[in-house]
Amino acid sequence: MILYLIVPIIVMILYSFNQSHARLPVVSFAWQGFTTTWYQQWNAIPGLTPAFLLTLRLAFSTMIVSAVLGTLMALALVRYRYPGKAFVEQTMFANIAAPEIVLGASLLGFFITLNIPRGFITLFIAHVMFTVAYVAITVRARLSGFDRSIEEAAQDLGANPWVTFVRVTLPLIFPGVMAGALMAFALSIDDFITSSFVAGSTITFPLWVYGVVKVGIPPQVFVFGTVIFVAGLLIAASTLVFQRKKA
Amino acid sequence: MGASGEIDVRLDRVSKRFADTTAVDDLTLEVERGEFFSLLGPSGCGKTTTLRMIGGFEEPTEGTIELGGRDVTDLPPYRRDVNTVFQSYALFPHLTVFENVAFGLRRKKVSKAEVDRRVKESLVLVDLPGYERRKPSQLSGGQQQRVAVARALVNQPKLLLLDEPLGALDLKLRKQMQLELKRIQQEVGITFLYVTHDQEEAMTMSNRLAVMRHGKIEQIGAPEEVYDSPATEFVAGFLGASNLLEGEVKEVAGGIARVLVDGGAVLRVPEARMHGRGVSRVRVGVRPEKIRLVADEGEASSARNSVTGTLRVATYIGVSHQFTVDGPGGRTLTVYQQNMGTDPIPAPGSGVRLEWEPEHTFAVRPSEPLAEWEEEQ
Repeated sequence: MILYLIVPIIVMILYSFNQSHARLPVVSFAWQGFTTTWYQQWNAIPGLTPAFLLTLRLAFSTMIVSAVLGTLMALALVRYRYPGKAFVEQTMFANIAAPEIVLGASLLGFFITLNIPRGFITLFIAHVMFTVAYVAITVRARLSGFDRSIEEAAQDLGANPWVTFVRVTLPLIFPGVMAGALMAFALSIDDFITSSFVAGSTITFPLWVYGVVKVGIPPQVFVFGTVIFVAGLLIAASTLVFQRKKA
Repeated sequence: MGASGEIDVRLDRVSKRFADTTAVDDLTLEVERGEFFSLLGPSGCGKTTTLRMIGGFEEPTEGTIELGGRDVTDLPPYRRDVNTVFQSYALFPHLTVFENVAFGLRRKKVSKAEVDRRVKESLVLVDLPGYERRKPSQLSGGQQQRVAVARALVNQPKLLLLDEPLGALDLKLRKQMQLELKRIQQEVGITFLYVTHDQEEAMTMSNRLAVMRHGKIEQIGAPEEVYDSPATEFVAGFLGASNLLEGEVKEVAGGIARVLVDGGAVLRVPEARMHGRGVSRVRVGVRPEKIRLVADEGEASSARNSVTGTLRVATYIGVSHQFTVDGPGGRTLTVYQQNMGTDPIPAPGSGVRLEWEPEHTFAVRPSEPLAEWEEEQ
């Protein structure tokens, strides 16, 4: 089972070091020897680097906005009673359950109707929409086991509601916020289906890769993939070390 | 220590109603500066709600709350000069002991050196010096409790509210912390308002206490007063075992009321312990340890109250004997008698006489029987 999960990753890393003789547009999948050439020439493919940077920018802005909105949503869901609360909750799950292809198509229709030019802005709106529920759900899980008397204690000790939130509530739910934010980042960075509907002429990394797949994937794609993967590993490892230290 | 005559807390006709229940019902209460005052009652009697209203966590539906002569009814908790020790301690799990205790001082922008000094001082006060760097999760229940006390006291509030702070501790630690809290209160001289359902705890610690039931105060007084002269049947039963006999007041004269109890005997009750009742039907009582049990022979001393009955059960406890006696009017009476090793113990089934001093007798207002949820305590 673990092999099954890990093989695609290993293949990706291997191919980023594959010394393929062929130049673009043909890429051979045969193993031709080890090289670090592609790491040196990571910027050699026209269009790939800009697409990758755009995707990073999109993923980071999606992550931050989703984290803030999702946290506020979770707070509203757990802390307050208001009419339509159950509806909000159902909508959240519907949002997660709905097939992306349907979301993408309807969003495109929506943007066209409102005459919003497709591009970074529409991508951003779409990505926040399909990631915010994930943040709300992880933060809500963290909040529902929360002992409210801790917040009362803060107020008792002279902290107004804002200070209480910043000094007590937020630090305690932060692991949930972080988990939700990372999930939003991961969902955004590799989204293809919804993006392909709302991107207009803007090219994200997944869209670019899909575009060239018919003619052959340049090894630089594997390089970027490996870099993302290693960065992810480093983040995970550092959180682990950080939490160990805290405990 | 002790009351100074100045009023620190005043609740004036305070009520708190939730959707369909009245938690606190038209309650008026004054606590003097420097007092150790307890609110005592079964769960659901409104004692915690009362405390939370003083802390500012609940808003009274009616009435006003004054702290040190200032109306604070509408102030939020962070604008009240009061600190609370919560039942669950409510320590900040992400902060060290030092930062937990320093939290209130930091909000007041106290200088760093002063924070350092006062935090250290209050940790010494609760006997936890050297624990500054620990996290709450690394402390035992008793230690967490001390941190919670230090965190509240470091702010030098006018009033400290304690909501069943010992409820989560085991019996031995509880006893130890009772003495500890009492010592701390005497050392700092701050008014303590203590909520508990444990009558022994309330009696050992308080200068005065209020017994609550159904959102109302049944009786306020010093522990001895409330124990020895309970005003209601509920108070009599809540503060310990009590023997109640039904009867009718025949006359009140010369500071003494004569009550004819069902079954024949006439008991004398000091007028001061009639709680203002005149000629009427009453219940009179006496605490089990005030009674002397003797074999039913010879003349009863006319200077003492006495009733006769049949001994049902005699239990030997070591330090004492406990007797269960079928008394007049079908009432069951309990007697605790210190084990002096001299008195012969009558055999169960034999006739016995119970004697006690008239000044140990009290009359109470009848209460409805305890509901099941009140008894679980």
